[in-house]
Amino acid sequence: MKARLTAPNIQLNEQGKLKHLLTLEGLKQQHLLEILDTAESFIDPNSNKIKKVPLLRGKSIMNLFFEPSTRTRTTFEIAEKRLSADIESLDIQTSATKKGESLLDTLWNLQAMQADMFVIRHAESGAAHFFAQHVAPHVHVLNAGDGQHAHPTQALLDMFTIRKKKGDIFDLKVAIIGDILHSRVVRSQIQALSILEAREIRVIGPKTLLPENPEALGVHVYHDIEEGLQDVDVVIMVRLQNERMKSALIPSEKEFFKRYGLTEKRLALAKPDAIVMHPGPINRGVEIDSAVADGAQSVILEQVTYGIAVRMAVMSIIMSNAAQLAQQQAEQQEREFNLESEAEVEGAR
Amino acid sequence: MRLAILNARVIDPSQNLDKITSIFLSRGRIVEIADEAPDGFTADQTIDASGKWIIPGLVDLQARLGEPGSSYAGSIASETRAAVAGGVTTICCPPDTSPVNDSQAVTELIQRRARQAATAYVMPIGALTQGLEGKLLSGIYSLVEGGCVALSQANQPVQSALTLKNALEYTASLDTVIMLRCEDQDLKNNGVAHDGPVSSRLGLPAISPSAETTALARDLILVEEAGIRAHFSQLSCARSVEMIAEAKKRGLPVTCDVAIHQLLLSEMDVLGFNSLFHVSPPLRSLKDRDALLAGVKSGVIDAIVSDHTPLHRDDKLLPFGESKPGMIGLETLLPLVLKLVQENQLDLDTALKAVTHTPASILNIPTGSLENGRPADLVIIDPEAIWTFEEDKIVSEGKNSPFVGWEFIGKVEQTFFQGRPVYKNIEL
Repeated sequence: MKARLTAPNIQLNEQGKLKHLLTLEGLKQQHLLEILDTAESFIDPNSNKIKKVPLLRGKSIMNLFFEPSTRTRTTFEIAEKRLSADIESLDIQTSATKKGESLLDTLWNLQAMQADMFVIRHAESGAAHFFAQHVAPHVHVLNAGDGQHAHPTQALLDMFTIRKKKGDIFDLKVAIIGDILHSRVVRSQIQALSILEAREIRVIGPKTLLPENPEALGVHVYHDIEEGLQDVDVVIMVRLQNERMKSALIPSEKEFFKRYGLTEKRLALAKPDAIVMHPGPINRGVEIDSAVADGAQSVILEQVTYGIAVRMAVMSIIMSNAAQLAQQQAEQQEREFNLESEAEVEGAR
Repeated sequence: MRLAILNARVIDPSQNLDKITSIFLSRGRIVEIADEAPDGFTADQTIDASGKWIIPGLVDLQARLGEPGSSYAGSIASETRAAVAGGVTTICCPPDTSPVNDSQAVTELIQRRARQAATAYVMPIGALTQGLEGKLLSGIYSLVEGGCVALSQANQPVQSALTLKNALEYTASLDTVIMLRCEDQDLKNNGVAHDGPVSSRLGLPAISPSAETTALARDLILVEEAGIRAHFSQLSCARSVEMIAEAKKRGLPVTCDVAIHQLLLSEMDVLGFNSLFHVSPPLRSLKDRDALLAGVKSGVIDAIVSDHTPLHRDDKLLPFGESKPGMIGLETLLPLVLKLVQENQLDLDTALKAVTHTPASILNIPTGSLENGRPADLVIIDPEAIWTFEEDKIVSEGKNSPFVGWEFIGKVEQTFFQGRPVYKNIEL
């Protein structure tokens, strides 16, 4: 009987190259490495500043935020500007869809305004897939976070940061701590770490904040933070949202910090050169102690900078893949045309 | 009108019948199944059905017909046409119409439209509570008197245990059946997919099996206490099958059904976020699917239903979680049942019984059987026809089927309702 384990990967084009970026699931190591290497090239090795390049001149990118965001949206906008694209950012949670316009109508309207790429954030898991299935063939979709499903560029910038600090990922043990269940960032991080063949991925948290089948994600589960932190190279903290207390998944911020908060004492259980990451915004004293967040092992602010380079890399790769495909198709047509005309010449003789 | 259908393989689980013979109809009823015409029977029309199968018209305990109201696509006319194209001639329609079928007036409207369509039996199911709100009881006696074959809450189970207890006790003295769909809304929360590896990977809000099983446990106890005959609709979990088996063993007068798609699909199909696979209860694990199949095989699960839910296109043109749950099923119920038989998941007799005789007897409906004197509702099947379910050939007004593109063996060639041909496949 039919049991399809993987859905068709709609984010790749006929050449197997990235067309949309919706999730990291189903991508190969080469896709991820290409993005990380390209991101590297956007950073000036001397000043550590991000270069401005004309790669997307004349291209129009629309940032559609159906859900509020400051950090992701700002870094996307900066990345787009550094690529010299024309950009437009729309806050949609308050406008069209509230007036009863359907999601698709909104999308098609914006598409008619000549967009080449949509950067989309939406509260519903699968929203980016949905958009990618319905946009015109020449339009690209970049997922900037959909529900609890995926946030691929965040995970990529985390990988970039890890690689910068620790070198190759395949040798590393990584622990992710906190609200695993509701986090799209964690889901994407786990996929990225698996694709890059990290030695071990651990998730640490209470059962109420872990998915029912963590094994399905290919991770080791720890409920005890002290045990889970032993010997790891990378510690990733996840933001704890207020709603989790309201729905009785955990008792209080205070108790969470007591049991799962990252303190200097706990961090000492990890490898001495372990790095501490957090996708932000951080809750000091809830999931992380200020001393750790601002400490020598923290790379939290560098993550933000790298986020720009990584997003530039994703957007430029997608546009260049499209250009390559178009060129190949044009050459193909030309060849067919030449063959036809040769045949006609033959026929005339 | 006297009709003789000759030399077919006649399969009728209600009589343990499966042989090559002929069937004679007169005035909309079955006169006799025999090799020779009964004395004095002269047919106005004779059909040679050599190589074909004849089965009773299917009885579907749950199919939405889109009328009255506009929350679903379709109308009684269109959806009964879809039904007979799929070999279904008796349809029980849940009360989640708009307005809700909680009064005789709505029941009568449905019955009138069904009479006008004259394509299949439409058996309305009345709402147990007013507006299906789970608070005040409907005029249950009036609904039964008006012709409702059962009472239910459709997909909106009564959350208050006290209200349900009262409803069950009040109804116990009436000669009817209560159909219960078990789901604890609190545990379901905002869930849209089975709590398993797929929802974990896709980040879809999950519904654990306990949303069904805790509600089922409560309902079984209340049903036992009230001493009423109850039918449990659309089980989706392995544990539920065990609980029903245990209740039956204890002698409770309970029956249950499963939606056909639960026997063929699983949570795996949700990968890719295709909203056509968004149904309620959700598609669960392969283990659950196997347990449901085993339940049908062992007879713990009595009936298979289509849970036909025709939706407007726009209701599915949304991200998975925002789309409306439900799929159409009237036209694929029989093909999918036959597929399960062809794949040796079920034997033919059990499979057909679950869509004909058993559901009819659960609701005391005189259809689903080819016994002498019964209404001549029957289906002629070409068992060898190979065909593909294509969207542009869907008869239902709803096109929301994940089975589009599936290939089937065995196709409805002709459907008779009360002795009249109501569907003929022009391609065969």
